Amino acid sequence: MRLELSPRANITPLMRLAAPIAALVLAFAIAAIVIAFYGKSPLQAFDVYIVGSLSDSWALQELLVKATPLILIAIGLSYCFRSNLWNIGAEGQFVIGGLFGGWIAIATHGGEWSLVWPYVLLVGAVAGAVYGFIPAILKVRFGANEILTSLMLVNIAQLFLDYMVRGPLKDPKGMNFPQSVTFEDAALLPKVFGSDRVHFGLILAIIVVLITMVIVSRSIFGYRLRITGDAPKAASFAGFSSKTTTIIVFCISGALAGLAGASEVAGQIGQLQPTISPGYGFSAVTVAFLGRLHPVGIVLSALVLAMVMIGGENAQIMLKLPLDLTTAFQGLLLLIVLSADALVSYKFRIVRGRRG
Amino acid sequence: MSYELVLFTIVTASTPFLLAALGELVTERAGVLNLGVEGMMAMGAACGFAAAITFDSNAIGVLVGMLAGMLTAAVFALAVLGFAANQVGCGLALTIFGLGVAGMIGNRFVGLRRIQIAPTEIPFLSDIPFIGKALFSHDIFVYVSIILTVLVAWFLSRTRLGLMLRSVGENHVSAQALGLPVRRIRLGAILFGGACSGLAGVYLSLVYTGFWAANITASKGWIAVLLVVFAAWRPVWLVVGAYIFGAASVLQLHAQAAQLGIPSQLLSSVPYVVTIVVLVILAWVHGRNAGGPGSLGNPYITDR
Amino acid sequence: MSAQVSDSFGAVTSLPLVELRGICKRYGDLLANNDIDLRINRGEIHALLGENGAGKSTLVKILYGAVEPSAGDILWEGKPIAMGSPVQARALGIGMVFQHFSLFDNLTVAENITVALGKDWTLQSVRTEIGKISADYGLSLEPDRKVWTLSAGERQRIEIVRCLLQNPKILILDEPTSVLTPQEADKLFETLEQLAAKGCAILYISHRLEEVRRICSSATILRAGKVIATLDPRRNSARDIAAMMVGIEVGNISPREHAPKESMLKLNKLALKSETIHEIALQDIDLEVHCGEIVGIAGVAGNGQSELFAALSGERLSRRGMVSIEERDCSLDGITTRRTLGAAFVPEERLGHAAAPHYTLSENTLISHRLDSNVVSKGMVSKEAARKLAGEIIRRFDVRVPNPDPEARMLSGGNLQKFVIGREIISKPRLLIVDQPTWGVDAGAAHMIRQALINLAAYGSAILVISQDLDELFEISDRIAVIHDGKLSTANATESWSREAIGLEMMGIGQEGKHS
Repeated sequence: MRLELSPRANITPLMRLAAPIAALVLAFAIAAIVIAFYGKSPLQAFDVYIVGSLSDSWALQELLVKATPLILIAIGLSYCFRSNLWNIGAEGQFVIGGLFGGWIAIATHGGEWSLVWPYVLLVGAVAGAVYGFIPAILKVRFGANEILTSLMLVNIAQLFLDYMVRGPLKDPKGMNFPQSVTFEDAALLPKVFGSDRVHFGLILAIIVVLITMVIVSRSIFGYRLRITGDAPKAASFAGFSSKTTTIIVFCISGALAGLAGASEVAGQIGQLQPTISPGYGFSAVTVAFLGRLHPVGIVLSALVLAMVMIGGENAQIMLKLPLDLTTAFQGLLLLIVLSADALVSYKFRIVRGRRG
Repeated sequence: MSYELVLFTIVTASTPFLLAALGELVTERAGVLNLGVEGMMAMGAACGFAAAITFDSNAIGVLVGMLAGMLTAAVFALAVLGFAANQVGCGLALTIFGLGVAGMIGNRFVGLRRIQIAPTEIPFLSDIPFIGKALFSHDIFVYVSIILTVLVAWFLSRTRLGLMLRSVGENHVSAQALGLPVRRIRLGAILFGGACSGLAGVYLSLVYTGFWAANITASKGWIAVLLVVFAAWRPVWLVVGAYIFGAASVLQLHAQAAQLGIPSQLLSSVPYVVTIVVLVILAWVHGRNAGGPGSLGNPYITDR
Repeated sequence: MSAQVSDSFGAVTSLPLVELRGICKRYGDLLANNDIDLRINRGEIHALLGENGAGKSTLVKILYGAVEPSAGDILWEGKPIAMGSPVQARALGIGMVFQHFSLFDNLTVAENITVALGKDWTLQSVRTEIGKISADYGLSLEPDRKVWTLSAGERQRIEIVRCLLQNPKILILDEPTSVLTPQEADKLFETLEQLAAKGCAILYISHRLEEVRRICSSATILRAGKVIATLDPRRNSARDIAAMMVGIEVGNISPREHAPKESMLKLNKLALKSETIHEIALQDIDLEVHCGEIVGIAGVAGNGQSELFAALSGERLSRRGMVSIEERDCSLDGITTRRTLGAAFVPEERLGHAAAPHYTLSENTLISHRLDSNVVSKGMVSKEAARKLAGEIIRRFDVRVPNPDPEARMLSGGNLQKFVIGREIISKPRLLIVDQPTWGVDAGAAHMIRQALINLAAYGSAILVISQDLDELFEISDRIAVIHDGKLSTANATESWSREAIGLEMMGIGQEGKHS
């Protein structure tokens, strides 16, 4: 027996929509089996993971808070992935954005400032963009593989944050705990929608989503990104320099990840800690692909992933299920989503008896 | 701190790099880019340790670790060979998946310890002054890694199957036209890569540390991926690269222990910084003539 | 039509070596092969003639076991067989030399040959055999050279030696001369005749009538998946055969007045370093193309044509003073600036370079019309305007499309090429640079494209055509230059060139080559 794959002639929008949904269902089904192996009832788990995170207003607010950074980062990543560039370092850009944004908040601590948080966000975004620029320039100038450099930069960023929080930025009156001062109100993002949890970051995320929708559907820049990813030689024939594209998309995605980091620090945590991300930068990769790199898809899949993350925390407490289950689930989901993508693009045929 | 001890630890620290990178090299020579080494290593480390504790047998531990690596690799193979899914994305997914599952399995064994697998002294050679102890009184895996390197080099350059594997990696369209079993060869290469990564993981938990801990792999799998590029896809050069990175990580630890007043985070970041610098230098030196297999990373689609 | 049947005790000499009966192959709606009969005898050089898309490749793949027929029988030495796979075909004694070689660039010659052979062969035994075959057939090859260092002719030899080592009873060659110089082709014909004399059957696939008439004793002509005729090509005129292949009489290109005017493109000692080991460096290229003139560049593939095209289009930048358009030095300007200066470009590779395969034709118009303010204004694309533009190109250049705005990959080679050429010349560029305008395009489309080029020149534009098709260059060019190993001969008037002289230049041993 041998397998043959050939490009499909007609791909309907329905198929494109169905693929990620089917992938999600399959991933949940596999997770249910695993949970059953742990001796827990999958139904109970369903209750904890899904119903629990949608049941009351507190849970829904939590969902939005978690989805905010995921949306921001994943939208940024979608710019890279569309142009077939692999920024795997969003986690690092997030951390750097949070660190430098937080630095502004700490530097202005105790001063007579009335409005600090916009600068926190701005500095966070710029810092993230600069950090994203590093793998881009190394790729463009020297040809260094962006996957490995951006990933190594994640580790470096985390160590740098760790050092800063235990060293220069440590709260002097904090009894030697590795954390910074608590930000003052002027440096904290305002809460929105009458919620006491959901912060201004969500508004930013919505704005970014809307702008991105216009860019991808109508602008020549969106066309540039797509064609750079889909047919690089045709892109250069059209006069789009791939080097410039690389720099631009890495800066955009770095800036959005940095913005997410700053808004997480100033909107959610309220101080700097040795760890400021439960892996948003990596989850966002799954979010981007599950959302088929489309802005609306990304919003929906960010909500799904946020739900899974919250569910994972709840399940750890209520069902004694390991938190790593959530990590494994995300990896599995990404594998299935990518495979489902291929199922849409190619025709499958099993040919019997021979190979060739 | 004797230099003999330093030399000794460099060899042990380098071995997991070499083992994992050998597997990845074979996979890439067959035209498949599997970035999931980190995940497969973690699986090997967790499953191997769990099995060794459960059955109180190192042999079973090693075997299970290798099988776990292969099984994880099989998931990847299904996605990239069966569905022609994007290899970079799937590799990343496999890392996340592998780290997660390894955590789930290893969780129950946190805090347990097992006596590390003892070294095997090679008679006479280990008595050579100065270098004898450092080079010839190691655990069996160190020798295995070197022998395996030679075997892989021989396999690729001298055997018919090795030639077929290289052909498939070089140009799968031509290979298909000649009737070579592209998918079967790639499946074999991916599984071999998984076994090697699993072995490297087992080495970490059963030999290097003697326990399981979350993040035991600490990006070592990614460095193994880098080493393949460093070696320009030649097995013998892997040894050089693995030992350079082994040395960097050991010296970094010794520097921390020596308390030179340098922040520990700065020292911990040395291997990552080295990785980036090496990547840049390599790309600069090789230019566009990097010489990787022609079909590396491209999905195999039979359009006809 | 009935085959000569042997008696049950042997004497099979009068039986054809291989016979195809009623072969059909359906791809979706397309009937690529429709009830095809074909008989090939031992020691016969049999031509399979037909235009691109006539079904030649499909038929050959069926014979080689790479494609399964939807219906029909294959008889091998009189017995029906199921041709399972290329491996089985090779075991029977069917050898195939592919048009696009199935070689591995980074492996050596000997490795390339060994990997295609059975388990009994080792690198060592292959090395020895290469020596023997080289001596027997004049196919010289160095076993330890890496393939990427070899010329197309040498690469083809590897393919042939691969087949010969398996003692084939039939050798299939798919468009073997398309990559060769005339002299290399002559050498190939000698080898083939030698093989045939030893009893090996040869199936020779081509659309070049002259060579078929020269070496083949019988020919089967395909059109639109059907057998049109089986005949002796030496007893029929080229014109008749061409008419059978195409189905309609191919018209002649209408001539034009040629009075070159001012200089449009000027290359001054153009040089370009190779960025990878697989590229050809350009050296000291001088050339001038005037308005109203068509200049052709001949050469064997891989002698710097793509690099020259890239240097002209601005996808690769050269150094100051090397490339000027209308007296303006644009050596350091990218393709976009050169387009604004009135230049347009058609690269060799249609799918992937000239057009993005998965994009619709309207999206593909943006590639060279994104500075057109009707289509793109203030950074936003007007899909409406792009569709209108695509529709106009489709109408004016007779592009046959399955729906009003299909994806580029859905078009046949000829139609996509018409679209690409149309896209570039619809805005009447002052300078057009075309790489391989009619490569792999059916005769009807090729004729139309050539006529469009002539018309553009008559309108007053300067045109540079890079092509491996000598007939084409002789037909449309006013002057011809030859590129070899990154160096260009002087461009002489077409009438002053003989085929022989061009062939020598293409191999780098011509008069021009010596002093350039």
